[in-house]
Amino acid sequence: MSTTAVPDVAVAPVDQGFWTRHRKIGAVLLALGLLATVLFGALATGQQARFTLSETEGGAALEINGTVGAILFGVVTLLAGGALLAGVPKRWFTLVLGVGLLTFVLSFLCWQVSAAPEGRNFMPLVNVVRGTFILALPLIFGALAGVLCERSGVVNVAIEGQLLMGAFSGALFGSISGSVWVGLVAAAVGGAFISLLLAVFAIRYLVDQVVMGIVLNLLAVGVTGFLYERLMQTNAERYNSAPRFSNWEIPLLSDIPLLGPALFRGNLFLYLGLLLVLVIHIALFRTRWGLRTRSVGEHPTAADTLGVNVLRLRYRNVIMAGVVAGIGGASYTLALYTFTKNMIGGKGFIALAALIFGRWSPTGALLAALFFGFADQLATYLGAIGSAIPSQFLAMLPYLATILAVAGLVGRVRAPAADGKPYIKG
Amino acid sequence: MEPGEIHALLGENGAGKSTLMNVLYGLYQPDEGEILVDGRALKLRGPSDAIAAGIGMVHQHFMLVPVFTVAENIMLGAEQVRGGIAGFLDRRRARREVAEVSERYNLRVDPDAIVEDLPVGIQQRVEIVKALTRDVDLLILDEPTAVLTPQETEELLTVMRSLKAAGKSIVFITHKLGEVKAIADRITVIRRGKTVGTASPEASRDELAALMVGRSVRLTVDKQPATPGKPILQVAGLVVDDDRQCRVVDGVDLTVRAGEVLGIAGVQGNGQTELIEAIMGLRPTLAGSVTLDGEQIHGWSTKKVLRAGVGYVPEDRSVDGLVKEFSVAENLVLDIYDRPPFGKGLALRPDAIARSARERIAQFDVRTSSAEAPVGTLSGGNQQKVIVARELSRPLKLFIAAQPTRGVDVGSIEFIHSRVIRERDVGTAVMVVSSELDEVIGLADRIAVMYRGRIIGIVGPDTPREEIGLLMAGITPDRAGTTPTGDTPAVAPEIPGNEDTE
Repeated sequence: MSTTAVPDVAVAPVDQGFWTRHRKIGAVLLALGLLATVLFGALATGQQARFTLSETEGGAALEINGTVGAILFGVVTLLAGGALLAGVPKRWFTLVLGVGLLTFVLSFLCWQVSAAPEGRNFMPLVNVVRGTFILALPLIFGALAGVLCERSGVVNVAIEGQLLMGAFSGALFGSISGSVWVGLVAAAVGGAFISLLLAVFAIRYLVDQVVMGIVLNLLAVGVTGFLYERLMQTNAERYNSAPRFSNWEIPLLSDIPLLGPALFRGNLFLYLGLLLVLVIHIALFRTRWGLRTRSVGEHPTAADTLGVNVLRLRYRNVIMAGVVAGIGGASYTLALYTFTKNMIGGKGFIALAALIFGRWSPTGALLAALFFGFADQLATYLGAIGSAIPSQFLAMLPYLATILAVAGLVGRVRAPAADGKPYIKG
Repeated sequence: MEPGEIHALLGENGAGKSTLMNVLYGLYQPDEGEILVDGRALKLRGPSDAIAAGIGMVHQHFMLVPVFTVAENIMLGAEQVRGGIAGFLDRRRARREVAEVSERYNLRVDPDAIVEDLPVGIQQRVEIVKALTRDVDLLILDEPTAVLTPQETEELLTVMRSLKAAGKSIVFITHKLGEVKAIADRITVIRRGKTVGTASPEASRDELAALMVGRSVRLTVDKQPATPGKPILQVAGLVVDDDRQCRVVDGVDLTVRAGEVLGIAGVQGNGQTELIEAIMGLRPTLAGSVTLDGEQIHGWSTKKVLRAGVGYVPEDRSVDGLVKEFSVAENLVLDIYDRPPFGKGLALRPDAIARSARERIAQFDVRTSSAEAPVGTLSGGNQQKVIVARELSRPLKLFIAAQPTRGVDVGSIEFIHSRVIRERDVGTAVMVVSSELDEVIGLADRIAVMYRGRIIGIVGPDTPREEIGLLMAGITPDRAGTTPTGDTPAVAPEIPGNEDTE
């Protein structure tokens, strides 16, 4: 059963000599471990590095001497790298790599936290986890929109525009009606509107899908920017003061230490986003709709000869993608901020990167989005504790990772075969 | 069509066989006319109507999703689902259904195998099982043998017989006369979109061929025995990977002498394409050497290889051979546009190009409205003649033709073949790669059979077809005795008798 997005193709294995991909990654990890042990170990101070399980300095905390921690975690990274280099069984690869990367981050944090000035040398884990999810949320919605589109063979570069239109119409109609639910529906319709344009031009008129996506992004920026200046700026009271979804505490679950306060005291969008990942993942790989969607994305002619209506399915998926992205846009304006011009600020493109990094699978996209969100959150945190590392450098990290992923260095990245190719009958 | 009948539809490439069947399968809409099933007129709005009417089709290019499993491919479009509106796939039931059908018709397939890992013959079997699970009464097989080895073809014919015994009707589209005579109950010949006659399988090959092309044609190539000279092309230990980094040419050694035709036979996808591309400098070589007339040419750019006296007819003319939007005249100088008399400095000389184009068009019998017509508007055969004209207009040491007559009408085939032989006779080394065994046998002075990236045998053109067929399937004569080829009983026993021809 193909539960993975990219089944490992059993082509005749090529004899690559000693330097297999796993060994190359092992070597890189080994170098990182060396860096962590030597550099982070030397730079860390003997102060305690505190990781508190709350939002403040007090309360239960995990503590470790900075130098000891940096070196200890660095050595684990080193060992993981060495293990990969020596060669581990294939099924352990991901686990060992995960451990190696995690300990590298921990080593880094031990250095940073212990080197922070007195009174700020602690890291509130609840804040970090929650921040990670909040920052990842638009990426999750955006990447899911990408999954729905691209699995059926339509490239969705317009995620940015769908998010923006969703945020805008959510704010506008939420404000006018005074109801969050009306805002939510309007946001979905706004996203679907951009999607409909994409669908009509890409599927009906065979316009290049990437070009069309970019044009739609510009259109969304233009339209929302214009209306923002004409309506919202002149009468913010009326047009840009949407009500917001409050945080809902989930009984029992919200009492779990660390995860409870971070994850189960969130708003509708957080729950909806996580639920959608699960639902779309199951639907894609276990249902008739999913089978047909994937077949249309891989080999539309084959699907057509079996009586699957390729064009109708693509229309439906692209519009569904718009609905999802529109709701993602509303997670800004109906929960966090008032609408401002171009407020998505490129998140749609990072969502696209998360989609590719996550190999066109909903759960993969979730993990990628969380990784990007974490890097973002870390940059903010390090700025706050006055780290010596420029925060721009950290903010760069997600993009660097994406380039490596797209270049195929992190496993085989294979898009749906018919992605971006219009289907012409006959 | 009668129940339990195998009806062959015979016609040249482009005669309209596939189009007719696509209409019958609901993929294309007829402009006029009607289709009768059991006496009732049928209106097909799409393939699902055709399936409902009991019509199934195995397409020439398989309609299988490569990354899906066999079971997923078979259930697609007719999924068994549970859970109401959610529509969860019932994989267990799909698997059972596949097992049942394969059991009943003796078509073994593994429902959990990923399709792209399967050999072509098995993929075709999956296609047939797919149609059978949909309870069809009429099965259309569109050029089913084009991609099969002779042994796989034999198996397919066996399968067709057993389907016929089970009461299924089969339309068998082909342009191969031998298969038609072997299996068909009735034959309809189509030419240029019209039925030109029906025949019984007792009709002779020549009669059928004459019906097919409208006049009598020579199926063999006239030629004198070759007089090979010194070696021109020498390939030693060549190793090449394909685009997916799979080893597809794995240590090939070859020599082509001046004045001989070396034919390369093999089922498509056994490394022929990559071998030629590597020689032409279109694909990097990983090991080995390529020598042209004593000079090492591997690692050279394609342009340099061409200029060194190599003519090349690529296997896919519309992708690699021609620029479709360019005129015939422009396509005729694609390789030498920057050389006098066609180019000078930065400028082209249109009058020189046009003059040479007119000569070439006359010389090579290219049927075109004018030299300025876009080459894409020409028929396949005439497009191919443009390429051949271009490549044979330079002084050559080596001429490489890959699938020189694929998708080309019979008249053009004759012409191109005679040109290839003429080139041999002036002392050029010629290499012909073709998946049509008849073509290789007709043209070649020596035949190299390629299988899984290696040359597994070099034989003379008078070697029996069956033996070459076995080589194409990877069975060498000395191994054949020990290899139980139980699934090809019609051919295997002949091997010992064939050995004396070696």
